[in-house]
Amino acid sequence: MTISIPPVNEGDSIKLQPKGFLRYFSFSLDHKVIGLQYLVCGFLFYLIGGVLAGAIRIELTSPISDFMARDVYNQVLTLHGTIMIFLWIVPVVNGAFGNYLIPFYVGARDMAFPRLNAVAFWMIPPAGLLLISSYFINGAAESGWTAYPPLSITTPAAGQLIWIFSVLLLGGSSIFGGINFIATILKLRRPGLRLMNLPMYCWAMLGTSILVVLSTPVLAGTLVLLSFDIVAHTGFFNPALGGNVVVYQHLFWFYSHPAVYIMVLPAFGLVSEILPVHCRKPLFGYTTMVYSIMAIVVLGFVVWAHHMFTSGTPPWMRLFFTIATSFIAVPTGIKFFNWVATLWGGRISLNSAVLFSCGFIINFVLGGITGVALAQVPFDIHVHDTYFVVAHFHYIVYGGSVFVIFSSIYHWYPKFTGKLLNENLGRIHFLLTFIGFNLCFAPQHWLGLNGMPRRVAEYDPQFTLVNQISSAGALLMAISTLPFLWNVFYSAFKGTIAGDNPWQALTPEWLTSSPPPIENWEGSAPLVTKPYGYGLDPKAIKNESTENIEEEI
Amino acid sequence: MTILTQSSDSKPEVQTNQEEEEEHGDHRMFGLATFLVADGMTFAGFFAAYLTYKAVNPLLPDSIYELELALPALNTILLLVSSATFHRAGQALKRNDSKICQRWLLLTAGLGLAFLASQMVEYFTLPFGLTDNVYASTFYALTGFHGLHVSLGAIMISIVCWQARSPNGRITNKNTFPLEAAELYWHFVDGIWVILFIILYLL
Repeated sequence: MTISIPPVNEGDSIKLQPKGFLRYFSFSLDHKVIGLQYLVCGFLFYLIGGVLAGAIRIELTSPISDFMARDVYNQVLTLHGTIMIFLWIVPVVNGAFGNYLIPFYVGARDMAFPRLNAVAFWMIPPAGLLLISSYFINGAAESGWTAYPPLSITTPAAGQLIWIFSVLLLGGSSIFGGINFIATILKLRRPGLRLMNLPMYCWAMLGTSILVVLSTPVLAGTLVLLSFDIVAHTGFFNPALGGNVVVYQHLFWFYSHPAVYIMVLPAFGLVSEILPVHCRKPLFGYTTMVYSIMAIVVLGFVVWAHHMFTSGTPPWMRLFFTIATSFIAVPTGIKFFNWVATLWGGRISLNSAVLFSCGFIINFVLGGITGVALAQVPFDIHVHDTYFVVAHFHYIVYGGSVFVIFSSIYHWYPKFTGKLLNENLGRIHFLLTFIGFNLCFAPQHWLGLNGMPRRVAEYDPQFTLVNQISSAGALLMAISTLPFLWNVFYSAFKGTIAGDNPWQALTPEWLTSSPPPIENWEGSAPLVTKPYGYGLDPKAIKNESTENIEEEI
Repeated sequence: MTILTQSSDSKPEVQTNQEEEEEHGDHRMFGLATFLVADGMTFAGFFAAYLTYKAVNPLLPDSIYELELALPALNTILLLVSSATFHRAGQALKRNDSKICQRWLLLTAGLGLAFLASQMVEYFTLPFGLTDNVYASTFYALTGFHGLHVSLGAIMISIVCWQARSPNGRITNKNTFPLEAAELYWHFVDGIWVILFIILYLL
């Protein structure tokens, strides 16, 4: 390292960054390094959140509170929800795959703001550690991931304040990431690459980032007000001082309903990348996919009060939000049928990536159906705050997003490492996850319909057997992580060499070596105008893209 | 801002990479504008909360929430004038007249500080405190959050003013970004104040 010569531009400062394995622990500006940092960091938090979920399921195998104290149970479920949402799914479906793939897809060598990108990532580990440490300091927050007042104002203040602070940090990280994605997708596209030529994941990330930038600040403001209520004893959300708890719910859900789309829209995009490759067919209905993503973004902003049908919401508001929520089923349904049509008649290779994607389609349609049911006021009032909601939610975020994360890891692992993952272990992983997941959460629909409330450590003894079935499913899910972990470590060292493009894919990230060089391509970035041109004459595609390049020159 | 350009050992590519870099251009203003949209949404959340309280939470009979108009009207004028003076600073920089540019910037920062001082005077003369009632709390939260923005803006303007100095300054008519960024931010803060003035004082 030469210290005497100060770096004159970014290119030089990158040379000073550590190489090899060490760079994953550094303030690296390389989008590929940052993407993998997000992925591994997120997965570590997933394991922690999974242990907490296990603790919840152990507690619920018996109707009495015996495994842990009641307030510890509250802390565990709060930490489980917060970790899984803010530290695992949001950073991984957005930050990890977004950072790794988007620059490839737009034909850039890095994100628009590499330094901001690194800052956004490095806000996550401290926030996560802070959140978990609160459990050991004075007890973690006890009011669930929603932190509804008056519960969040009356429970011990220290844990709640640490919770607020770490969620603010994570929200800030998310906003910085969103700004970066919008700028990269809109401004950094390679010349000649039109918006409607972009791979679908770019559209999904553009929509998601719009949601992030517009809704996360509202949550930040709300949490600041909540912290004033706790610290300075103001009365924003305290009815005794003239405040209003429903205002908190409105502001909270203005972020947290879009947050569901922030977790699931990128997953839609990733599935749309994976299916065409392994079915050797173009993505069905590209244009309708784009418009349905944007429709979900717009509608996603006007459905939040369907979480509040039992909060004294006036009838006109209930009517409006029921209709708006039901409308969301239309673009989502379009996407579902497009994926099925993509599979239809394709030469499907049933590898782990496709299995997880198909698992996603099945789980997501089930979660979607219960979602439409929950949007109907008469039904919602019946099952509000019961395990039916828990089941619906996990079908969307686990059956939806997490299945897609695993599918994406199987699909892009050869890109990350140059090695293939073991297919047999992958299939075992899928079977265990799929069976375990459905065994765990399908019975919870029944529990909810019969009136078992969520978030309570004790329940009526008539629910014991079904809860034990659910816990058995959770055990299977826990076991399913083992073949996956073994697979990832073993294949990194001893896996089959994948070659640059093991799936014969056409999207730009595969048109370079695996793992890619630091500048993404040896020469200039390729112009890919037909990212899903499968089943077409390969020569025709090649000629056309060469012509395009020549035209430009 | 640059895109990472050169690998450590491949010299011949530098040429093409530089071309690409020029094509990509400078997107910092775009990023800042996106950030300001996000920042504006924070204010939007506060405004929505305040308006909801107005609509559904009647003021309790013994609580005081009275606002005088004179001082905030003066504040509005101060900020609007400061937006104009900042604009003049930008024009001066384009003419490469750094002395005049600095003078306008100093005036802008001064107006910002005058706004803050006058806001403090208002705080100390108001008949209610932070925790008196929910309107009072929201009033202080909103004006305080805006005041924080003005303070940051005043610091930014001072730095820009220092960097615009004539012989060795970073900001010249070839590198106008820091000044333009601070200007966009300042106009944003002024715009928010106008909305805040209408909602808190006039409605």
